[in-house]
Amino acid sequence: MNDDRYEDLYEEYILPHFEDPYNKLLIQAPTCQHSARNPLCGDTVTLQLIIGDDNKIEKACFDGNGCAISQAGASILCEKIEGMTVEELESFSAEQMLELLKVPLTSTRQRCGLLGFKVLKTILYSRDGEKLSASTES
Amino acid sequence: MNSINVDAIRDDFPILSQPHPSGRPVVYLDSGASAQKPRAVIDAISDCYSGYYANAYRGVYYFGSRVDDALEGTREKLRELLNAEEVEEIVYTSGSTMSINLVARGWGLKHLKPGDEILLNVMEHHANLVPWQMVAQRTGAVLKYLPLTLDGRLDLEQLPAMLTPRTRLMAVTGMSNVLGTIVPLDEIIPLCHQNGTLVLVDGAQIVPHSQLDMRALDIDFLAFSGHKFYGPSGVGVLYGKRHLLEEMDPVFGGGHMIDQVFLDHSTWAEIPAKFEAGTLPIGPIVGLGAAIDYVSGIGFEAIHRHEQELLYKAHRVLSEIPGLTILGPDVEHKGSIVSFTIEQLHPHDIADWLDRRGIAVRAGHHCTMPLHEHLGIHASTRASFGMYNTLDEVDLLAEALEYTLKKHHLPA
Repeated sequence: MNDDRYEDLYEEYILPHFEDPYNKLLIQAPTCQHSARNPLCGDTVTLQLIIGDDNKIEKACFDGNGCAISQAGASILCEKIEGMTVEELESFSAEQMLELLKVPLTSTRQRCGLLGFKVLKTILYSRDGEKLSASTES
Repeated sequence: MNSINVDAIRDDFPILSQPHPSGRPVVYLDSGASAQKPRAVIDAISDCYSGYYANAYRGVYYFGSRVDDALEGTREKLRELLNAEEVEEIVYTSGSTMSINLVARGWGLKHLKPGDEILLNVMEHHANLVPWQMVAQRTGAVLKYLPLTLDGRLDLEQLPAMLTPRTRLMAVTGMSNVLGTIVPLDEIIPLCHQNGTLVLVDGAQIVPHSQLDMRALDIDFLAFSGHKFYGPSGVGVLYGKRHLLEEMDPVFGGGHMIDQVFLDHSTWAEIPAKFEAGTLPIGPIVGLGAAIDYVSGIGFEAIHRHEQELLYKAHRVLSEIPGLTILGPDVEHKGSIVSFTIEQLHPHDIADWLDRRGIAVRAGHHCTMPLHEHLGIHASTRASFGMYNTLDEVDLLAEALEYTLKKHHLPA
């Protein structure tokens, strides 16, 4: 990808999400919440989800600190997943997440871009765990 | 007073003329992480493997004796470089980190009692913190931290008070890999020795840039790595005074470090073999010898003067960039490392944008999490200079930073 194209994509997708993030706020009573840190540089993302009875994501919001790719990634993720069902999220892949970021990333920076995604996946797997243990108890 | 010919030096380093995906010339400002290698080093290693390679210390045959000559020849070069008294005080390791671990375990596990103190400080690299934490856990020794001044130097006024009758060893860097701070070993070591405290110097950053004299400084232990010395990775050095090495237990057991092996116990070889279990990194040691020759051929003084010029210029031009703060002390107290933060610009983003312009810098915590915690930041960006960097490259760095600011809609 040439310089200009990269810079256009960065300007069009990454910077707006970094400077004016979607749902960058934390709410009082989310359905679930989780945080993660990138130990290499201290990027942090906290993700909160409100999941309706229909198993759809009613609201996704985040907070965090870090590089433009990690924070824009979290913002882009929140904007994307509202309205999706939990089932759809479970099959939402890392490749699809990276496509949303548009700009090509080295493997080191992919870790930044996937930080919010990693938090999301952790939330989903923990929920599965809770559902499983709830069903074995009843 | 000779000065270096940077253009000639750059021609010696093949990687500097490699094509870069950005289409721009390579501007390598990460020698603090690892230095590039001159052709002389690359060729020396290649010549060994293609011309006379064999295992070490075992071959009665021709190649074996040539390898032995090469390995012991480099050991003597190291002795001379460091002005160590004896060649047996030079131990080959896999790097600074392993060297420090050898002392922490080989000396520490044997000599540390509960309540004994190890004196550290928060600007140390993890390699000179974690091994001491590990050995303190096992022995009941206690870690103490010498405070820093506001501008990132060791607060030497506090040193006498922190040297107690229980302070067995002080582990200290010769130069901070983040702040660039040059530690005045000539002030610290006498104070420590008066107190009966040994001193281990993490020489990873300082040794490639400034010739240290083991005897003049009366250093007890020194660790450094080949790969920051324009040599290959996989080899490092532990220097230790003879009596200290002799008092230490070996850490790695196996071939070569033994004298006799029985079924239930073994006796140890003399130093340095006692700490060189197994097969040494033969190619890398040959490369390290060539690196020492190369650097000595150009001259430490001349290289140092050049790097100081780069440092001074970097401080000057970077200070003019809005929102940029240079970490650490003033230039008079520093070696050729410039770490900085820029308001509202994360080090990862900086490093990424700079890479797009062919410039390699390092972003993150640089294996100094306690230091970054102390500074109240998550991460920083670091430019570190080697003999092959130019004053023009400092301008390119500043221009690229300004460009990055503009791309992020920040004042430049």
